Amino acid sequence: MNLKKLFYKLAAAGALAAAGALAAAVQANAATELTVYTAFEAEDLKRYAGEFENANPDIKVNWVRDSTGIVTAKLLAEKSNPQADVVWGLAATSLLVLKGEGMLQPYAPAGLEALSPKFRDADAVPSWIGLDAWVAGICVNTVEAEKLGLPMPSSWEDLTKPVYRGHLIMPNPNSSGTGFLDVSSWLQMFGEEKGWDYMDRLHTNISRYTHSGSKPCKLTATGETPIGISFAYQGAKLKKKGAPLELVFPREGMGWDMEAAAIVKGTDKLDAAKKLLDFAASRKANEMYNQGYAVVAIPGVAQPVEFYPENPESLMIDNDFVWAAGNRDAILTEWQRRYDSKSEAK
Amino acid sequence: MDTLLNPPGFLAKKRARLLGIDCSLPILCLLVAIAMLAIALVLPLYSLLSKSLEDRHGQFVGLANFRAYVADPSLMHSITNSLWVASLTTLIVVSLALMTAFALTRSRMPGRGLLKVLVMGPIFAPSLLPAISMVYLFGNQGVLKDLLMGHSIYGPIGIVVSMSFWCFPHAVMILCTALENSDARLYESARALRTSPLRAFMTVTLPSIKYGLISAAFVVFTLAITDFGAPKVIGGQYNVLATDIYKQVIGLQNFQMGSVVSVILLLPAVLAFAVDRWVQRRQVALLTARAEPLRVKPHRARDWSLLLLCTPVAVVILGVLGMAVYASLVTFWPYNLDLSFNNYRFDLMDGGGWGAYFNSLQMAGWTAVIGTLVIFANAYLVEKVPGLGPLRTLVHLMAMVPLAVPGMVLGLSYIFFFNEPGNPLNGIYGTLAILVLCTIAHYYTVCHLTLVTALKQIDGEFEAVSASLKVPFYVTCWRVTLPVCLPALLEVALYLFVNALNTVSAVVFLYSSQTALASVAVLNMDDAGDIAPAAAMGVVLMLTCIGVKGLHWGLSRLLLGRSQCWRQARA
Amino acid sequence: MSESYLSIRRLHQVFGDFVALRDISLDIREGEFVCFLGPSGCGKTTLLRAVAGLQLQTGGDIFQAGQRISWLPPEQRDFGIVFQSYALFPNLNVADNIAYGLRNRRTGRSEVRARVAELLELIGLPDAGKKYPSQLSGGQQQRVALARAIATRPGLLLLDEPLSALDARVRVHLRHEIKELQRRLGVTTIMVTHDQEEALAMADRIVVMNHGCIEQVGTPQQIYAEPASAFVASFVGTMNFLPAIRIGEGRVRIGERTLNCRTLSPHGNGEVRVAIRPEDVRTRYNGDASNLISARVRGLEFLGAFVRSELEIDGVDEPLVADFSANDVRDLGIEAGNVLNLDLPAQRLHLFEH
Repeated sequence: MNLKKLFYKLAAAGALAAAGALAAAVQANAATELTVYTAFEAEDLKRYAGEFENANPDIKVNWVRDSTGIVTAKLLAEKSNPQADVVWGLAATSLLVLKGEGMLQPYAPAGLEALSPKFRDADAVPSWIGLDAWVAGICVNTVEAEKLGLPMPSSWEDLTKPVYRGHLIMPNPNSSGTGFLDVSSWLQMFGEEKGWDYMDRLHTNISRYTHSGSKPCKLTATGETPIGISFAYQGAKLKKKGAPLELVFPREGMGWDMEAAAIVKGTDKLDAAKKLLDFAASRKANEMYNQGYAVVAIPGVAQPVEFYPENPESLMIDNDFVWAAGNRDAILTEWQRRYDSKSEAK
Repeated sequence: MDTLLNPPGFLAKKRARLLGIDCSLPILCLLVAIAMLAIALVLPLYSLLSKSLEDRHGQFVGLANFRAYVADPSLMHSITNSLWVASLTTLIVVSLALMTAFALTRSRMPGRGLLKVLVMGPIFAPSLLPAISMVYLFGNQGVLKDLLMGHSIYGPIGIVVSMSFWCFPHAVMILCTALENSDARLYESARALRTSPLRAFMTVTLPSIKYGLISAAFVVFTLAITDFGAPKVIGGQYNVLATDIYKQVIGLQNFQMGSVVSVILLLPAVLAFAVDRWVQRRQVALLTARAEPLRVKPHRARDWSLLLLCTPVAVVILGVLGMAVYASLVTFWPYNLDLSFNNYRFDLMDGGGWGAYFNSLQMAGWTAVIGTLVIFANAYLVEKVPGLGPLRTLVHLMAMVPLAVPGMVLGLSYIFFFNEPGNPLNGIYGTLAILVLCTIAHYYTVCHLTLVTALKQIDGEFEAVSASLKVPFYVTCWRVTLPVCLPALLEVALYLFVNALNTVSAVVFLYSSQTALASVAVLNMDDAGDIAPAAAMGVVLMLTCIGVKGLHWGLSRLLLGRSQCWRQARA
Repeated sequence: MSESYLSIRRLHQVFGDFVALRDISLDIREGEFVCFLGPSGCGKTTLLRAVAGLQLQTGGDIFQAGQRISWLPPEQRDFGIVFQSYALFPNLNVADNIAYGLRNRRTGRSEVRARVAELLELIGLPDAGKKYPSQLSGGQQQRVALARAIATRPGLLLLDEPLSALDARVRVHLRHEIKELQRRLGVTTIMVTHDQEEALAMADRIVVMNHGCIEQVGTPQQIYAEPASAFVASFVGTMNFLPAIRIGEGRVRIGERTLNCRTLSPHGNGEVRVAIRPEDVRTRYNGDASNLISARVRGLEFLGAFVRSELEIDGVDEPLVADFSANDVRDLGIEAGNVLNLDLPAQRLHLFEH
């Protein structure tokens, strides 16, 4: 009857495992847990949560991280039954969409008045606050560029030159916040007609559109492509790690978007959520953002960041977020119609 | 005779019998099974279908979404792309698999044992891994880039190659089974009639495995058209239906269009499923004849030429998997080729880090344990409990559905169904439980069929005998049926575990921060451009699966050696 | 006749359009060994399964020991069953198989052990307790299945083609053993079989079934000697059927000859079939010359103990098959081409409607 013994042993093991899981579940309930949706870079998450939890030991941050498009989609999908308590680190254009859907809980965090007016919802009690600006940029792999005999571009217009054909990668604006800020900034800088005309010409040089905004720069770093349209933060970081990269900030100006934070309406942990927003707007947090981002919400806090231009704010275009958010759907649909199919490339 | 069939009295008697303790328990179990399958499968699919007929605000709009779909040339193009890629993959895989299966079963080729093990390799890794490997082999910095003669791996070439690699073991397994089932006496007759080997192959071998070939073709076609991993990683700008769903839902937040594409993706899968079912039925009829097992004799020319043909297959499998392992160990491709474990520091990357890996282990473990038990219970009800015909047929039919439902479609339908605030099961949204449920539902059919087959092989009268001995059916199930089915149960548990560990498509819409999964982490790291760490996580998953397979092998041997000594006892 | 132990009343079974059992009524006495005999699809197994409660009948009643069991589930009925496939639990050894029904009844351990030993002794396998079914021969497995079925001392033993899976010699041997065991235990037994020889050898009474109906119920001798229908006549043993014209009470014409026969049914004149068993055709007659008929020998087939001959009667297309002893063939010099004078005894001629 060995078999019987085995069965009993298995059954006992199963019961033990179940009991263990239950115990673990009960134990974990000690602190208030905030579910925080974010598109912050993965490597920053631990640091950010650590800083906040040090200041608020009774609150624990559970990150849900994904790229901008996905987090936005997730929030919209869960509209009728939100899972997130707070959004901390999502493109302002996305938060504007959420505000339009009535999904955000207006709250004026402590120290709101210190923020630059650009970096907050214009309402008296803002639905969202800005944290830092993330700026578009072009990553160029110097080794591969030299191999292929590519000149260093200095403007957006340069990228449409035939010499770059098949050597560019940029993020798909449908999924990537960076991709969207590129597209919306071109439309704002060049005007709508010229903007689409520019993208038509750029499209012939692009080998593919990636899902995430940091991927073009990462692919550039590994030489998979010589030039990637991405954002400055990622390029600077990879360069610091020793990748053969040069960061180009086009002279026409750079698109940018804010990383922003907001409380999700309907959260049952409103107090903890408010504390998180207070922290997100604090000077300490701004210093924390500044480690990677050259422009932050509180004026005067930012120290220059390595590999960034001296005065990045002067290169940033005058971004109309309301316009971008309002036209987000139309822009993306048009973009998809024009470019999102290999059949129409060439 | 009229008086015999007095309906009211007859019904009353029947009811009395049905209400007895004996019968209400199985009925209750069957109703529970139906409810489970309805919740895990039918209702979510229903909400998906109804979503495709609604606008953003939940208003019924008829076929308007479908009209919008047809009007969009870039979306329509994906249908052709999907069909083309899947057909090409099917053609390549089935021909290579036929050759390999032939070498494995019908020759005395040297190194067959090794090939047999190698061929199964791709099954143990997520479909993303071969695609990532392709980047390192044929990408712009790829070691074998020149082989493509200027063509880009990003696009149909990459998709077809990666997908072929990943589908290959499935086709080989089906064709091996078909080839093993051939009747030796046919070949003896052919030889007695002095038929040439080629003619024997054309007139005896091919017809006898006809259904196996059709079945393999449709299985591969379904896998290829519904797979999401390979086109996601290596598809570049080449859109297919599976990636369209992802883009519509994740990028455009257009759930309506996502469900429309899902419905469209369901069609070829359902068709393939129907044909496969039809073939299976025909095949059963073919195999009822008593066959003499074939004993293959060595044949120099055949064995060595097959070795020549199969060596590239083995080299490719080793090369692709080996490249993934190597790439995961390279510090900074292609500028610093020093080996290190830097890429295994998942906590610095997207996707949930090592925590995701342990989540995956936990999820796969629960899926294997709960899935095996539940599917066995249902298969037992379908196969062994007498009477209750229509209910059993219903359970059986429902159990066949998942084979035709692509993972992405299932995952999306779970969002619609379980995240509805009015749904009392709403609480499981975002937990490990929904991932386990979805994964069990996704892989239900093959497990169900395996267990039904195992149960069919058991004497059908056990339940009658125990009833006559006044032993309740569940006691007999526990003391006899379950132990006899143990090898099949272990097989199913392994299948569930491996698939749960590697699945991406079904769970990509359903994981939450606490339940990030390693397979999705592979996807997300690749998405973020961290390709080497993605490869590393893929390798970790592959090694885990191989380890579990080893464990399964050891456990099976132990059980067969000890508790199941009655199996080998045949005098 | 003692009061019946099992009584089946107007049992009816329909599967879709197919009528498996038609208005079956039957009484079985306590301690009796009854065989349900018939070709496949005749309803005999359906009837057995209805008795066991494994298949619910469409209508009708079953009583066992005075209790109405028509709609009881099998667990609440009182029977043991043995199947053609043995249905032994492969993962339990012989002793555990036999003890399977005992363990569930809160019988003490030592009691169970004693009963198992007793049963092993009874089936002649005293040392097989520790073996697994797959280590036993088919005949041994079937004996274990039998022991398992009677372990709980059921009032009714059901045997569903228990010998069909065994080879011929084992079958003959085991059928004696089962019969002997049944007699010793005195358990009421129903056996389903399609093998008429088995039924004739084992049963106290045979129930011949065809197309869901009972054709005849009777002792083996009755069934063989007095078949109630052409079906029974042809299904049990070998039977010649010759076309004939009935020309009055007790008179039939076959070919050119008019023969005497018994005055049993059918009544009236016209075309009938005359049936006679091969062994009832005689080459010698004693006195009465009225039923003599001449026939030419077409061919002979040597079958060991006897010789089967194929005969041709003038004016009759159908051949007449007759069995002669080897001695007769030698003594009378019967060979192909001979014309023989044969006696078809009136008492052995059966008349059936055409």
